[in-house]
Amino acid sequence: MTEPRELQALLEEWEPVIGLEVHVQLATKSKIFSPSAIEFGASPNSLTDPLVMGMPGTLPVFNQAVLALALKLGVATSSQIRARSRFARKHYFYPDLPKGYQISQFDEPLCENGHLDVITRTGLKRVKLQRIHLEEDAGKTTHVGAASHVDLNRAGVPLVEVVTAPELGSAEEAGEFMRSLHRLVRWLDISEADMDKGQLRCDANVSVRLRGEDRLGVRTELKNINSFRFVEHAIESEIVRQIRIIEGGGRITRETRLWDADRGQSQPMRSKEEANDYRYFPDPDLPPLVVDGPIMGQILRSLSELPSARFERYQRVHGVSLDDARTLVSERALADFFDAAVAAHPSERGGRMIANWILTELLGALHATATSVARSPMLPTTLAALVVLVENGTISGKIGKDVFEESYRTGEAPAAIVERRGLQQLSDPAALWDIINRIVGANPKQAEAFTVGGKDGLFGFFVGQVMKETQGRANPVITSDLLHKRLGR
Amino acid sequence: MTTQFWSVADTARRIAAGEISATQIVETMLARIAAIDGELGAYLAVDGIGARAAAAEIDRQRAVNAILGPLAGVPIALKDVLVTRGLATTAASKILQGWIPPYDAHVVDRLRSAGAIILGKVNCDEFAMGSSTENSAYQPTRNPWDPTRVPGGSSGGSSAAVAAGLCAASLGTDTGGSIRQPAAFCGVVGLKPTYGRVSRWGVVAFASSLDQVGPLTRSVADAALVLQTIAGFDPRDSTSLDTPVPRFTDALTGEVRGLRIGIPQEYFEAMDDEIRAGLTRTVDALVERGATTVDLSLPHTKHALPAYYLVAPAEASSNLARFDGVRYGQRVEAADLLEMYARTRGAGFGPEVKRRIMLGTYALRSGYYDAYYKKAQQVRTLIKRDFDRAFQFCDVILTPTTPTPAFRFGAKTNPVDMYLADVFTLSCNLAGLPGISVPCGLTSEGLPIGAQLLGRPLDEAVLLRAGGVIEAAVGLGERRPAGIGGIA
Repeated sequence: MTEPRELQALLEEWEPVIGLEVHVQLATKSKIFSPSAIEFGASPNSLTDPLVMGMPGTLPVFNQAVLALALKLGVATSSQIRARSRFARKHYFYPDLPKGYQISQFDEPLCENGHLDVITRTGLKRVKLQRIHLEEDAGKTTHVGAASHVDLNRAGVPLVEVVTAPELGSAEEAGEFMRSLHRLVRWLDISEADMDKGQLRCDANVSVRLRGEDRLGVRTELKNINSFRFVEHAIESEIVRQIRIIEGGGRITRETRLWDADRGQSQPMRSKEEANDYRYFPDPDLPPLVVDGPIMGQILRSLSELPSARFERYQRVHGVSLDDARTLVSERALADFFDAAVAAHPSERGGRMIANWILTELLGALHATATSVARSPMLPTTLAALVVLVENGTISGKIGKDVFEESYRTGEAPAAIVERRGLQQLSDPAALWDIINRIVGANPKQAEAFTVGGKDGLFGFFVGQVMKETQGRANPVITSDLLHKRLGR
Repeated sequence: MTTQFWSVADTARRIAAGEISATQIVETMLARIAAIDGELGAYLAVDGIGARAAAAEIDRQRAVNAILGPLAGVPIALKDVLVTRGLATTAASKILQGWIPPYDAHVVDRLRSAGAIILGKVNCDEFAMGSSTENSAYQPTRNPWDPTRVPGGSSGGSSAAVAAGLCAASLGTDTGGSIRQPAAFCGVVGLKPTYGRVSRWGVVAFASSLDQVGPLTRSVADAALVLQTIAGFDPRDSTSLDTPVPRFTDALTGEVRGLRIGIPQEYFEAMDDEIRAGLTRTVDALVERGATTVDLSLPHTKHALPAYYLVAPAEASSNLARFDGVRYGQRVEAADLLEMYARTRGAGFGPEVKRRIMLGTYALRSGYYDAYYKKAQQVRTLIKRDFDRAFQFCDVILTPTTPTPAFRFGAKTNPVDMYLADVFTLSCNLAGLPGISVPCGLTSEGLPIGAQLLGRPLDEAVLLRAGGVIEAAVGLGERRPAGIGGIA
């Protein structure tokens, strides 16, 4: 692992250029070209049929449910959608590829020229997408000693392949892209995108060049980057490997490298000379894939505001900080909760306060009770009502946390809790003056030590006494003001 | 006349009427196969058990007055590229030896539901690649008219079995003439439907954009009946056409008055004199009955053969990639994976199949696609346009089916000579049109001659109508092959 400082120094001189090819498994019930079911973890070869097995005479029939999911992603990335795209056969021999070819798309993909607005730590960054195409997954080969086992449950699972332009400038940006794409496909309900289950997989094309250079360097392709943790690690180590080779007077060879997560390094898999000639040609068993008006209408109606747009709006309209906005859009249910709470609040500017309550109290309580946002026992309207009670001074923020806890637990309305327990904030100066008078009178030593002795820390003691006397209901601002007057400092 | 040569309709009618049982029909057929197929070589597998059980079931249904299917008790043979549940399917290749499919082809489903009885699987060129059935990995099939000659191909087992009375009808597949050419060689009717008319589900693929299943029968009326049973939309085949199927038997009006017969000059340039005489006889008969002829040109015909030999091998090289020894069929073990592939495919495929895989692999290589496969597809469009234009001036096109009658075994040693045997039949597949071959007499040596009719897309009816008239006027009548089996 390269030391961060060392990498920093290298990157001042060298510019990495990264493009990603990301496979996303679409969440359909059945396979892309046959009726076999899709399920993670089923016993090997139980989710197959003659077509999945590549038996002679079988023919593919396109599962239209796949199209709707892919189109959602196409529209959400502002891609050009081809009215008639084509499936093509990509040939290579491998035991987990039953037909000897993979049905994919080649020169007429479903989507082209889109972009993804990546939510980074410094705001939105637009990354161009060259294409999004449909294809079927292959099976899985496991090597056990001298034997190889083939499981075809995954064969024929629908995938989209998302190909970015080579314009990501760092391993971190590549990581941010993956997280944004992950968020988007889950947001759109088109994939569970669980990397551990192989539902989201990433290959990276990496090259480096001297900063200021226009021409691209020779690239390598990194395969098998199968967790978020490894995306950045694998790319970073490849960047460093390439820079060291070039600085050592060597040349980068165009090759495919396999990331070995256990050893934390990549190994050469095949060189350009060994690359397959895939012999693409349009699949004669499948007619062109047609996107007509009705399906586009259905897709457009089904899409709501995207995470990147909400991220912007939360900052611009609701005054939410960048970090909080980023957290709020990390999950659709959370953002929806926020929007519903804001809608229930009388002022648009209530957003910042609502965000604070959601991100601290609500997420804390949900986490403690192992509950998802979608199943939150507290409704957004309830949270908004609580925030209003704090904002208009009915209760203090501190009491508010108590009320939150009780309301979360029992479902009782915050106003009812406040009323029943008499938690309204004490803001009457006359009543507070009497209480303060009594407390200062009962603690003459402390009063003198503060006023004359200059022991500032004792102010807190008096505030604490007032709060104790009022069970925390005293308005802290008025209390502080009156205490200063009574103590003469 | 003997039961073996009864028509499809007759057989079904007599069984329904109780004149004969399905079991009697099946036993007669099985006995005849046992007697003469050793010499003929049509069947790769005879399903005696399955056929007897199916016949018993038909007889049981009849005994309880159940409604019988239109083909109830009709014994049928299937080209061995049609997948049959529980019955070995080899595509006449060693590589599929021992494979017992777990499912039935769509056409087999349809036949079974209509009450037809599957007698067995018949020989063909390996993976339907060839024009003589000499490319079968298992056995030669002889022409029943002259055992020194081939039955044509690739559906040579289908045509020989029908001609010799070893089944009432058979199914073949036609990628470049593989139904029509053997039908012509064996003096039977062979119909290739419009591309998409019959489902390809369960057809071992040769060239997906060209393959169609169709009937081989002893009469045009039988072809209509069998086509009726197998045609129609199937959601399991994405290239299947979702259009209504007409009543094909209604097409046999016996009437051609006013029908415009197109005579394309390109198809009458080079052929055997006796074939030419047969065609002249056919044209005269049609004109006598009130049809008119239209001389026309299909100028891109000369490009059909080269275009076909790019498209078909390219698709075949892809379709045959699945035969890798991993999941089914033959495997030759080896030390590593690549070696296993090489040995399995090396031992499993015959020379013609290998030749076509190599041709196709070459044509699809990166950088060659535009010059070969894509260019050939463009030629297809031109050929289709030729036909579209021609059909503005005529209703049906008449050509010879083959340039020569059946040739002798081993006569075509050069692959290109063999490819030329299909020169008149290829265009029909490239354009996706329906075509039929109908016998139009015998040569002086007693070999059958076939007349080919081509129709507009989905107009199988006009082929049956004109074909029926040709059959009645210049067909073989009661003449049966005497080479093998003769009149038993």
